[in-house]
Amino acid sequence: MAKKFLSGDEAFAEGVRLARPQVISAYPITPQTIVVERLSEMVENGSLKSEFIHVESEHSALSCAIGASAVGARAFTATSSQGLLYMAECLLYASGGRFPIVMMNANRSTALPWNIYGDQRDSISQLDSDWIQAYAENAQEGLDFALMSYYIAEHREVSTPFMVNLDGFVLTHTYETVDIPTQELADEYLPPYETDNRLDIENPKNLAFSAGPEHNYIFKYKEHRALLRAKKIIAEAEKHFAEIFGRKYTGLLETYQTEDAEYILITLGSIAGLCREIADFLRAKGKKIGVVRLRYLRPFPTEELVSAVKNAKAVGVLEKDISFGNEGTVFTNVNSALFQAGIGIPSYNFIGGLGGKNISHKDIEKIFDLIEKGAEHINFIEI
Amino acid sequence: MTEIIWYGRGGQGAFTAAKLLGAAYALKGNAYYALAFPSFGPERRGAPIRAFTKLNIKPILDRSETEKTDYIVILDETLYSDSLKNLLKPGGKVVVNTKKKSDDNIYSFDGNSISEELHLPMFNTVMLGAISALSGIVTADDLHRAIELYMPEKIQEKNKQAVDNALKGVCR
Repeated sequence: MAKKFLSGDEAFAEGVRLARPQVISAYPITPQTIVVERLSEMVENGSLKSEFIHVESEHSALSCAIGASAVGARAFTATSSQGLLYMAECLLYASGGRFPIVMMNANRSTALPWNIYGDQRDSISQLDSDWIQAYAENAQEGLDFALMSYYIAEHREVSTPFMVNLDGFVLTHTYETVDIPTQELADEYLPPYETDNRLDIENPKNLAFSAGPEHNYIFKYKEHRALLRAKKIIAEAEKHFAEIFGRKYTGLLETYQTEDAEYILITLGSIAGLCREIADFLRAKGKKIGVVRLRYLRPFPTEELVSAVKNAKAVGVLEKDISFGNEGTVFTNVNSALFQAGIGIPSYNFIGGLGGKNISHKDIEKIFDLIEKGAEHINFIEI
Repeated sequence: MTEIIWYGRGGQGAFTAAKLLGAAYALKGNAYYALAFPSFGPERRGAPIRAFTKLNIKPILDRSETEKTDYIVILDETLYSDSLKNLLKPGGKVVVNTKKKSDDNIYSFDGNSISEELHLPMFNTVMLGAISALSGIVTADDLHRAIELYMPEKIQEKNKQAVDNALKGVCR
């Protein structure tokens, strides 16, 4: 393994290189651009043997990846914000066609007002598109997701596309030390993609067809079942990853000091680190608090979340998202899991970081204080 | 944790210096952690920008912008204002690239003259050398290794020389 001081975008590109996609089709958009630039350089200098297809839009980028996947190729694309929304139609073609494409999304706010900074409203708006959705906390996890995502997505029991989310700028543009595995080990981890779900002249079949009311629901039911089965395959992918690379991950979510915690903050992405740091700081003052970081939103970690918070007195959810006229979507998902498990503790929603607003120490301290003392249903932390 | 905020104008290489310092520190060994990031958003040549370096001997979990800092490095003296002192932690220092005299917690360093001597159009690595010498966070060797790994080959020698001359300049 080689250590390098890289940005999240660059680290992710290294992960993609190691996964050896046969086709890359992408359209540049801030703050994803560097991933696409690095990959095109790698193809140009021969360190990655791949067909790099320059497309005229994000809609075409994903359509192209779907076409590649439909002939059995490993395909990669990347986008952000408005680009992801422009792809929205194709997201459903990819998942409905069961094409295990991997896409990196640099989480960025959506217009209007036009804004290129990070929040998570882009990817969260697409939760129902039947893609696996994972959220990295640092550049290393981003690189590792690039490898694990193909393992999981391409698994025969899953066969579902995978969206890896990295917080715009905070992860994509921040430099840190990253371990880059060798190609040998990456090849051992991730064999070439093999599938029966492809166009094959020797064995002709119909792909991407239409299905009327009589059969359509069966396809939808199967998609749902596959995404639930992904939970098991995620665990398998991480176990295998730890055996080969020595880095361990904790499945659908990561808990911190939750065992005896009375008050727990649930969050996702790069802000989780600061939440843990503040948890340490407040624990030193005698507060019994913990943090849950959701690593996956789809499949949703229902059982793991219930088990992590069942003894708490109250929980808060901090997210960079709002479903206008209701509440944060992560909060809705968390509450549903708690309600179904019969957990009736108070829960509060904290909306922060919209349009890239910096979330500070003081903000997090205040959130922990509000979880303990009681807060509004929905709290915009900067207002 | 040691924190450094860099002030420069787009194109002066403030972020490159922030990154090289982080890389040099991380190269010391496995127990040395660094983050380096620019002020986020659109990039425009000539516009004032900030960059951040965070250094610690344990993993750095706090990725938020630095509010109170150990050092402020100012590449372009027109960006200096007295109010910057409010961003300093107790004992913190401001390092300014200027021919003017130092006072209190402001350390003046004539980076431009060193760049001119070397016919180097940039002074970011000169100021990198100055802050390194002043803080003692990284050595000349650490900086040389970072330059060798993360700068294009044809400009490595001059930038190593710039760092060395700045280190000598501070010790003088």
